[in-house]
Amino acid sequence: MTTALFVVLAVTAVVAGALVFRVDSMARATFLLLLSFLAVAGLVLMTGLQYLGVVIVLMMVIEMVVMAVFMIMYMMNPAGLMPMSMFHNTRGAAVIAATTFVALAGGALLVDWPVRGGAPAPDLTMALGQSLMSGQMLTMMTLGVTLFATIVGTVVLAAGRGRYDRLGDELDAPESDDRDRGGVGR
Amino acid sequence: MNLQAFLVVAAALVSVGLFGALTQQSIVMLMMGLELLLNGVILGAAAFWYFLAPAGTGGQVLIVIVVTAMAIEMAAGFAVTTAIYRAKRIDMTDDAAELRG
Repeated sequence: MTTALFVVLAVTAVVAGALVFRVDSMARATFLLLLSFLAVAGLVLMTGLQYLGVVIVLMMVIEMVVMAVFMIMYMMNPAGLMPMSMFHNTRGAAVIAATTFVALAGGALLVDWPVRGGAPAPDLTMALGQSLMSGQMLTMMTLGVTLFATIVGTVVLAAGRGRYDRLGDELDAPESDDRDRGGVGR
Repeated sequence: MNLQAFLVVAAALVSVGLFGALTQQSIVMLMMGLELLLNGVILGAAAFWYFLAPAGTGGQVLIVIVVTAMAIEMAAGFAVTTAIYRAKRIDMTDDAAELRG
């Protein structure tokens, strides 16, 4: 039963992941990617990590829906009404990907892995929380600062015109340079 | 269900993601390849934690880091896409070749 579930989830994850780059519509590609993520979340749940499995499911559903919005903004072939092929350097990439797979899978199969050491904590979520709030505090703080830097960076990148465009480099222009009158700059 | 099986699946996900990231011309599709690659890393981390060192929390913390990295990659990637599209009406990687050596 466990093996059958593992095989189904594993095949779903890899096949859906591969189909992402084969289908004719970017919307379908997004939801196939979501399917691949959900299958991996299922595999993570099979290892007993309930909290992280659920976090992956929730995060990826939201992330793929956000991605779908950007797809509609930038995509070339919204509804898959015509064949879509947008590859470059397919042959070289296939060689690199195949080599990577052979190296990684070969390593996984050939390495003499150590035996399982220790038993999982009774409450894994509690153990993770305590670890993040004590021994792994630096990790948690680094993640927090990085996320904050991402917020600032993405807003700066995505904003079309900021206050320096409107009020000059010293922010001392007598009148703001707005494209349309009537806003905060009048 | 053993460590090797999990790692082979993770290796397949990483390879497919790498293939996508290298071949796709659309910047958004390229990011989907990167996400798939990190997906494989999550699976690998969970497998290593479960089959080798379940007593510690290192594997779980690694998954938290990778999930955060995926969110950051998405946000930063879309911000860059928005900036370059606004500046040059570019949504394909082939058109954005200013840094080609």
